[in-house]
This record gives sequence, structure tokens and C-alpha cells, in this order.
Amino acid sequence: MARHISQIALFAALIAALGLVPKFDLAAGVPITAQSLGVMLAGCLLGARRGALAVLLFLFLVALGLPLLAGGRGGLGVFMGPTVGFLVGFPVAAFVTGYFSTKWRGSAPVVTTVLAAILGGVVVLYVFGIVGFALVTGQTLAQATSIMWVFVPGDVVKAGLAGLITESVLRLRPGLVAQG
Amino acid sequence: MLSLNSEPRSFWHALPAGPKLLALLLATGLAMWLPNAAAAAMAFLGVMGLYALAGWAFLRQGLLALRPVLFVAALILAWHGWALSWEQGGLVVARMLALIALANLVSMTTALADLLDRVERALAWLRVAPLWRQRLALSVALVVRFTPVLILKGQQLQRAWRARSHRRPGWRLMLPFVLGALDDAETVSEALRARTGTL
Repeated sequence: MARHISQIALFAALIAALGLVPKFDLAAGVPITAQSLGVMLAGCLLGARRGALAVLLFLFLVALGLPLLAGGRGGLGVFMGPTVGFLVGFPVAAFVTGYFSTKWRGSAPVVTTVLAAILGGVVVLYVFGIVGFALVTGQTLAQATSIMWVFVPGDVVKAGLAGLITESVLRLRPGLVAQG
Repeated sequence: MLSLNSEPRSFWHALPAGPKLLALLLATGLAMWLPNAAAAAMAFLGVMGLYALAGWAFLRQGLLALRPVLFVAALILAWHGWALSWEQGGLVVARMLALIALANLVSMTTALADLLDRVERALAWLRVAPLWRQRLALSVALVVRFTPVLILKGQQLQRAWRARSHRRPGWRLMLPFVLGALDDAETVSEALRARTGTL
């Protein structure tokens, strides 16, 4: 249990740090940065349940008022803004990513992890994100999709990264991350 | 310490967290019933008025807190104006900004400790076991403690990279970053076991 709590908390801190260390370029308007990579990794490395818990803990702290979102944003205000769908989708994305990366683990590890990350971190996440964006901004789903899809290629690249990083971590720290 | 709390203290800071959160919840529900852009604009001005009640410096902080959203808000307004109607765009944008500003007001004037306290009391009321409430509190403390540590680690990795390469640091730093976090988790879990026994 101590290890579980530590891993969940440290991963939440990792996701926060990824938003606050300027690593990647922010896209103008709706910033979705390396944090979504952190979300995918949470699922891949901690498994579905604990990965989702790490992301939920992160969101809980954002709601409590800590400036942990990309660019130092936070507080209850971000849950009223156009990115609220993505925020709600983050823990679901981590869960789906973790679930499938564990389930499909087998002969082609990197490929299956990348596919799981795409399924969770892109497909599922964007469903939530687009619906949320449409609801907050009063647009139709088609309009919202036409705005949001430009960010998809970047996130597919992140999914690829998540696969590579996961494999390396599993090789370098074999006992550390028990899947599932 | 990471915090969004505003520095110019105001009488809003003295109000307890519970009523503020309830008021926000209520306002969010009511906001869905705003009939037109004019009403939404009035709501927004009303929220700004709440800020102004605490002074000019506080109002300025509130407006600054809205800056990250302004660009998107302008885009949405332009989109609506071009595609559908300015009225609809005005309603959507004014309502969104009003709610964000109100939520920011609560976040800026309510301490983390107070909010945590509220959450713990709510969990106790829901009959959540004390052990799990403790685990939540511990997890929160761990994240707050370790986020700055990991940020520092990330910056050190970037500096080490820049000392060795012309190219901008990028994705190659993710692996050592993640490994560092996992190793820290191991150290922390050992420390927890040594100090608390059962968790």
C-alpha cells in the first residue's frame, strides 16, 4: 500500500511538473502539452486503476486551487472553461490506456502500448474534450471537432513516445511497476 | 508553496469555504438559465463587482487571472459572429467568463487547507473510513511536497542537456525524468513504511 500511494502521488506530481517545466511548445488557444503524455504514461506504467487514481489526485489538487495545469493554471475556474472536457477525460484516458496496454501486452510490446495509448490518450480523450468544448462554447460537435482535430497529430506522436518510454522503463526497472 | 491564493487579502478570504463553494455551485446551475447576451453580460459585470468590493488591486488580479482564457473567448465570439449570431456568441462568452471569474474568486480567496478540511468533513459525513481519509490527506501532502522537487529535477536535466548539446531539450529527457519520479516513489514508500507501519 505504501508503494501504491507513493507511486500514485509521485505520478500526480510528475503530471504537474510536466505542465510547469517548459519543455514543449504550446499551441495557441487551447494548450494541451506534455501533460497528456503524463496521463498516458500513468496508465501505461501504473496500470488502469492506479493510473486513473494518479490523474484523479492531480485533478483534485487542481480543483483545490494549485496552479498545476500547463502554464500554471488551476483552481475551479479551469473546470468552467473550454478545456473542461479534456480534464474530465484525463482519468478516463489513463484508465483505458492502462487497461489495454496491460491486456494487449504480448508479442509486440511497443506496438501494443502505442496502440493502447492512442486509444486512451487520443480517441477517448478527444471524445470527452470535444464534447466538453462544444458544450461550453455552444458549438455543434462537428464544429468543435473541426477546431480540435489539429491537435491530434501531436498527441499521436505523444502516444508513440509513451510506448517507447514505457518499454524502456519496464526494462530498466523490472520489479518496480507491476502491471494491473 | 504552490498556490493560487491572491496576495492582497480581502474580506472574501475570511469567509468560510463551505458557503463559497455552495454559492459557486448554485451560480453554475443558475447560469444555464441566462436568457440572452445582455443578461450574461450583466452577470459578468456582477462578478466583477464582487471583485471590486474588495478593492482595486483585487479586481486587477481577477482580470489578470482571466487573461489565459481571453484569446479563446475572442475566437469563440468571432466564430459565433461569423457562423451563427453575435447574440449567441455574446451569451456563451459572457457566461463562460462570468463562471470562470466566479470560480477564480473562490479559488483565490480560499486556502488549500480550508478546502481540504471541507473535503475531509464531507468524506466523513459520507461515512468514508478514517484510514482512507488519512491516505487521501497523505497523498495530497506528497504531491504538494514533490511537485517542486520534480520540477527542479526537470530543470536540472534540461541544464545538463544544454551543457552538452546545441539542440533544444525535448522528448529524450522524458525517460530519465520518469525514472527519477519512479525512483523517488520507491524512496518515499520505504520512508513511509519505516515511519508508519501500516497505512
